[in-house]
Amino acid sequence: MQPDNPERDPERTLVLEAFADTIIPGEKRFPEDRAVAGATTGGGAVAAGAVELLETPAGGLAEALDSLVFSLNEHTREYAAEHGLTLDPAVPPFVALPFPDRTALVAALTRPDHPEKQMWVGLALFSNMAFDSAAHLSTPQALAAGHPGLLTIGYEQPQADGLWRFDSFSYGRQLADLHPDTTATGSPA
Amino acid sequence: MTTIESTDVLIIGSGFGGAIPAYHLAAGGARVTVLERGPWLRGEEFDHDFLLGSSYTRVFDFVVGDGMSVLGGNCVGGGSVVYFATMPRAPRFVFERHGSIGRRMWPASISRDSLDPWYDRVAEALPITRQSWDKVPYAGGLFASACAHAGRTANPAPSAIDVDMCTNCNWMMAGCRFDAKRSLLLNYLPAALAHGAEIRPLHEVQRITRTADGGYQVHYRIVDGEDYRILHDSGTIEAKIVIVAAGAGATPVILQRSEPELGTMPAAVGRYFSGNGERLNTAVFDEDRVREVLGLSRPDGRAYQAYQIGRGPTVASWDRLDGNLPEFERYSLEQLYFPPGLGTILAQVPDATGPSWFGVDKKEMLRRWQSWLTIFIMSEDDNEGVFGPPPETGNAHRFSQQMLGHGPLRYRPTANTRRGWSLADADIKDILERDGLAKVAPWTNDLVGAYTVHPLASCRIGDDPATSALDDRHELRGHPGIFVTDGSAVPGALTVNPASTIAALAERAIPGIVRAAQERGISVTYGAPSPDGETAGRRAVLNAR
Repeated sequence: MQPDNPERDPERTLVLEAFADTIIPGEKRFPEDRAVAGATTGGGAVAAGAVELLETPAGGLAEALDSLVFSLNEHTREYAAEHGLTLDPAVPPFVALPFPDRTALVAALTRPDHPEKQMWVGLALFSNMAFDSAAHLSTPQALAAGHPGLLTIGYEQPQADGLWRFDSFSYGRQLADLHPDTTATGSPA
Repeated sequence: MTTIESTDVLIIGSGFGGAIPAYHLAAGGARVTVLERGPWLRGEEFDHDFLLGSSYTRVFDFVVGDGMSVLGGNCVGGGSVVYFATMPRAPRFVFERHGSIGRRMWPASISRDSLDPWYDRVAEALPITRQSWDKVPYAGGLFASACAHAGRTANPAPSAIDVDMCTNCNWMMAGCRFDAKRSLLLNYLPAALAHGAEIRPLHEVQRITRTADGGYQVHYRIVDGEDYRILHDSGTIEAKIVIVAAGAGATPVILQRSEPELGTMPAAVGRYFSGNGERLNTAVFDEDRVREVLGLSRPDGRAYQAYQIGRGPTVASWDRLDGNLPEFERYSLEQLYFPPGLGTILAQVPDATGPSWFGVDKKEMLRRWQSWLTIFIMSEDDNEGVFGPPPETGNAHRFSQQMLGHGPLRYRPTANTRRGWSLADADIKDILERDGLAKVAPWTNDLVGAYTVHPLASCRIGDDPATSALDDRHELRGHPGIFVTDGSAVPGALTVNPASTIAALAERAIPGIVRAAQERGISVTYGAPSPDGETAGRRAVLNAR
């Protein structure tokens, strides 16, 4: 399940990165990083592989990414015009937006009454999935390689065979009274 | 030219509604063919892996509708392979519900008392057992302790898990690797196979037509084993009896698509859908307060930080399952684990000032994921779901290679449903935020609408032909010989996990289906023992009849 076009358009990648970074923000990868705004510490959705996941054909969004990127930049131009913002022409419009404005625009695009809500929610869902479940990678391998999302949420390491087992799992004692009407089978009456 | 095959009983779907009739009818002597649209996976094929294409995305289905998203099984064994195996019986008052139709929703012939012998059969077959406190995982213990602190009761819920074999890995939504979860792959289905039933995976039924002699033809397409968006060859099987058990998100769609050739469907096909009144809240606990206020600590010294450990929901609070309370104000609260991916994006930052489901504050919340506790509300919704025109094939327009699609279900929660949710949200906040234990917020319904893991009632039983698609024997009104035995037959929300009730209703429907089969010339009898050979349940239901 490799991305179908590893030589993809760098501007498209920048826009997708900026969107994913708005969903789960991360620290800048290098000082001149424009796509990742650096709104927080530690790796975010971009470092977690959001673009790789979005570009995976099995996900279903890959073919729509060109039009999503085009549309996101169009919405950005409208947003900038409404708010009197001047966008740096050196980078794609959405990438040029300051982080708080990216956040405000994504919030508007994903509101229940927005006609394009479904596709922006889809883009957000996959950005989030790259971070918290690394769906483009084998989970044991992702953990072994230090996947920033799985490590951030504190996902436990598997045992040596790649499977999870928890030998210690219970406080081991009764912690509440049972409902007085519980039946002999353990069900509500 | 394709040959039309034939069988006595054709069953669509292999979850509880399909596996139970498959076993009884095959054991009784009928020729049984089961068509299942998902793959057939077993034991070691159940991965511990979130990778797209692993068992997690192969066996699990997520259909986004307009205002309601439905999660369900998509494999041999259906919901039993992906579910959490929590198996309480529905409380007595549920069977007396009126909903919004002004009369009892359930057939007069069904009450908790009359269903109990059938619940017993299911409990013997899987089996379902009471759970003890010493095996309750940390998350269940934490919820119980918080309930007790708030003056509430809490129960370890009955379960179809062999806890001695369970590793508490919490991967059971991807299928149980260790065969600790007593899915249908371990009881009814192997017993059906032993009696000659045939199960065909990756066969997606599209429609049903009628034959000249009063039988039926079932038309299917073969689904690609890797990319479910691709359909291959088609085929047709003729049968004297058809049992539709494709799940409440798919059964009405197949019937709607069949209507032009089969004839008018009852008005209730594809209406009265219930999401079982489901809703989730996620709490983030203060580990210090868990230790100080509740006195909890793990052997390694941590107070909690164990969201990942366990086996789904294990402890429920049933204080609001009180038949004296008004309808739409009764609900259970159940501790739950929901894996990352789908299970985090909808969780909202408690007391958010900025965006609640994404952004900087959400990431901060994710850093404390192991201190999360998800609370599952199962309430009384208003059967407000309606299916629109069916998609070209299947029950959804498949978006991803596996798992994700868009379906025709529309759901607008009424004031009744929203009142129950609001009362339950406030109750959860009252229990979990006491003395600074946690901060809690409900999941957002803004992204994918409401959501359910327990779709029900889209083709329901009842006594009133205007508001029920099936009579009390589960036969489709106006279409003799077609039966529906899955969650879509349940009249409405149950306020608890429904699998036990779905299975009990399927067990109860079998004698009637056997009689209908006999009337159609099929050589079949009723009276098989439990799949493992036990006979106590059989004796009880035979004595009760």
